[in-house]
Order: sequence, then C-alpha cells, then structure tokens
Amino acid sequence: MVMEIVCPAGTPAALRAAVKAGAHTVYCGFNDETNARNFPGLNFNRNEMRAGIAFAHEHGSKVLVAINTFPRAGDEAIWQRAIGDAEICGADAVILADPGLLDYATRTHPRLRRHLSVQAAAANADVINFYAETFGVKRVVLPRVLSVPEIAAINSETDVETEVFVFGGLCVMAEGRCSMSSYATGLSPNMNGVCSPASHVEYREDQGVLDARLGGYLIHRVERGEPAPYPTLCKGCFSAGEKAGHLFEDPVSLNAEKLIPQLQKAGVTALKIEGRQRSKSYVAQVVRNFRMAVDALDAGRPMPEGMLARLSEGQAMTTGAYKKTWR
Amino acid sequence: MSNSQNLIPQCPAALAAALRVVPLAPLSLSLTVFSRKIAKNHPDLFQRLGEHSRTAFVLDPTDLPIVLCLDPNDGMPKVKLTRGRGTGAARISGPLAALIGLVHGAFDGDALFFSRDLVIEGDTGAALALRNAIDDAELDLSHEAAALSGPFARPVQRLIALAERQTGLCLTRPEDVAIW
Repeated sequence: MVMEIVCPAGTPAALRAAVKAGAHTVYCGFNDETNARNFPGLNFNRNEMRAGIAFAHEHGSKVLVAINTFPRAGDEAIWQRAIGDAEICGADAVILADPGLLDYATRTHPRLRRHLSVQAAAANADVINFYAETFGVKRVVLPRVLSVPEIAAINSETDVETEVFVFGGLCVMAEGRCSMSSYATGLSPNMNGVCSPASHVEYREDQGVLDARLGGYLIHRVERGEPAPYPTLCKGCFSAGEKAGHLFEDPVSLNAEKLIPQLQKAGVTALKIEGRQRSKSYVAQVVRNFRMAVDALDAGRPMPEGMLARLSEGQAMTTGAYKKTWR
Repeated sequence: MSNSQNLIPQCPAALAAALRVVPLAPLSLSLTVFSRKIAKNHPDLFQRLGEHSRTAFVLDPTDLPIVLCLDPNDGMPKVKLTRGRGTGAARISGPLAALIGLVHGAFDGDALFFSRDLVIEGDTGAALALRNAIDDAELDLSHEAAALSGPFARPVQRLIALAERQTGLCLTRPEDVAIW
C-alpha cells in the first residue's frame, strides 16, 4: 500500500497546489490562534476552508484541520467552535493536542475523526494507547525526537496509525512543551500558535552582515554570503565559556526521504511535510518530490534523488533524530 | 555567494540606465492605476493583509536605481517610485527577477531568504503578510496589463512575452504542473 503523503497548506492557493502536485492529504488551519501556524496573512477563513475542502475532495484528496494549540482559560469556546466549523466545512479529521478539546470533540462530534497532534508530544505506546482508548484517536503525529527503531517499537504495541515528519523545519524540542519563544516574546506556539512571532522579529543588514533579533535580543548574525536561518531561539547562536555556536540545534532542515523504506518497514502510515508558512511554490515542489518517492517505492522502482536542498533552512539537511548518530 | 544566484537573472543594464533618467511621476501614476486594477480584481489580496492593510511598504529591486513605495491604503493602493531609499514600515529588497518571481509563484520566499537573495527589514510581520497575500492571489501581471490595454491587449502580451524571453525575467505566471 502506498504511504500517505500529508502536505501543508497555509493558503487556499497552496492547498490547490498541493492537491495538483499529488498530495493524498492536506493539512491546514483557521486564521486564528487555534492552530500552531498563526502567522500574518496565513490560513483560512471559514468560507475558504469550505471551498478548499470541496476542491480537495473533488480531486480525491483529504483535508485535515489543525486545531492544535492549547485553549486559554475562559476562552475555550473559540477552540470548540473551530472543531464544529471544521466538521461543517467537511474536514476528514481534526488534529488536536489538548486533552480537554479531545474530550469535547469525542462527546460532541463523535463522527469527526480525531488525530493527535505532534503538539501532544506522545512519544511512547502507552500514552498513545491511552489517547486511543479514551478519546478514540485514530492517528498520532509522532514527535521529531524518535529514532526509526523507537518508531518501530511504538508501532508494534499500538493499532493507532502513525504519521511522521519527513521534510521541513526541524523542531528538536518536546513539542507542545517548548516555551523558548515565550521567554523572548511572551508568545509561544502552544498558546498563541506562533514560534518567534514575526511581530517580534527584526532583521538588519549592514555591509552584508545580517543580524536577526527576537524580542530585542540578538539571536544570530550571519556574514555576507552565509545562508540565513529562521529567527528561532533553538537555532540561535549562544556564547558559553569561550565558545560561541548553535548550542541547541544547527539551522538545518529535516529531510528523511532516504529513510522512507525504513519508515515503511517500521509500520508508519503517513509521511508529513512541514511548512504551512511556506509558499505554494515550495508546497508543489516538495509534494511532487515525495509523491514520486512513495509511488516508486510502491512500484518497486529505485527512489528518485531529491533536489530539495535549495528549499531548506540553512540550505542544509539532516535526518534528525531518525538516525541518532550522537548517541 | 548565494546558491540560487545562478537561477535568478539580473535585470538588463539598459533598463537600469533608463530608470536613472526618466521622469518617475508618470510611471508612479501608471503603477497606481495598475495596482488599483489589481485590487479590484483581487480583493482577497488586501483582505489577507489584515491589520497591515494600511502599512507602507518599500520594495527595493537591488539591481535598479529606484525603489517602489507601496501604500495598500485599505484596497485603494498608491504607488510611488523614487530614487532614494524611500520610506515605509517594511522593506523587502532583492533582485527585480526575484521580486517579480515571488509575485508569479516562481520562487519560494523563505528559500530566497535562506539564500540571502531576499532581505526583509523593518516590520517583519507586515512583510510576511504581504508575501503570503501575494502568494495566495496567484497574480499574473502580464494578464493584468493586457486587461488594462483594451484593444492593444494582444500586442501588449506579445511584447511582454518577448521581454520575458530576452531578459529571463519571470513576467508571466508559470503553468501549474497538473499530474492527475
């Protein structure tokens, strides 16, 4: 069976591009704080969501709606309304992280399929099975901190489908629990849907040297001609003792395309591409590449070599935790 | 040197030379009319700007001696060309080919940022909103220009196609590749 390609869409145009490029499934979110990519100019209003889902269904693709931030006390209705609206718009599933929201969806929208977001940081079979038994979760998006053998171990102990990231921005933190952005800006992906919110980012280029500041703090400086990273604290340069460098993580992108056969053997159902903040050009190129890869694998043909370095943060790529060579 | 530099054509020197001497006021007026036509045809573009629908932008083609100051003005945009740095809350700088390529969906904005072909300064949120709004609008500037040209639409399109072939600039929207 062909592995499912799950593609990002930050705009209706990107959704159409993903579908045209061969996405089996597209994930997207409403234009508010209910999803973890709450960026300026991005996401879908209710009419756009309805039209986007209809377009995808006409062409045989599914749409998952990410409602994967954690509701603010007193404002739970905003998130609950998003679940109801996703069902009305025809979503094939919602991607949730908060147990309260999962409970709400289970009780009030029992026929709406529920996926567990990477933001829930479910990293072992026990917790995944708990979500399945308690809230009827059918699929879990695994955190990007697991190796391929660990993923295989999880799949051997659960019937819940697993979805893993194979390309795009690499988050090495325990997702849903990372508050680094909050320290510098007061806003986080967990509560506000923004890691390093653009409103708190400032770039300044002088004589070819590019400084990036987050919340007023200089977080990295790149010399003329050097690739620029995203302005996230986890990829910032820090001084420790006499050394300065990327303390947490180098500015590189995840690319696990060569591990697809191993991920299939490990029992993975779906391959997820990160990047709802990216353009339709990115979406089309990456989706086409990965669709060709899984089709080749299914047909027993050699996997095509990717041409994706140019699209990658830092113009460099890694297989991340899937191959934990540092252990 | 950026990895993508070989993929982004430089603007013809003749155009840069001409823009050093031609009067900019008529060009600014024409571009304002053009942008208002686009606003009329693509109202979603300005809605997507949200809180930045009145933010002033400076678009700086680094291989030309002019900058373009864009005031979205809540859907009644104003455009002013100037030979100085221009003033605006957000500045987006890069080769003309990269800026036009972004409009036509030929390039990914983040990839151009990673490769340092695109530089954002000032209000990053506003710049991001503009980029996302334009990406979603799926504009084709050649079609918009032809639509404005009345009976001269076909000659205008032929002229644009010729200019595209001669310069390598992405002056029209590339066809999406449909695989189903």
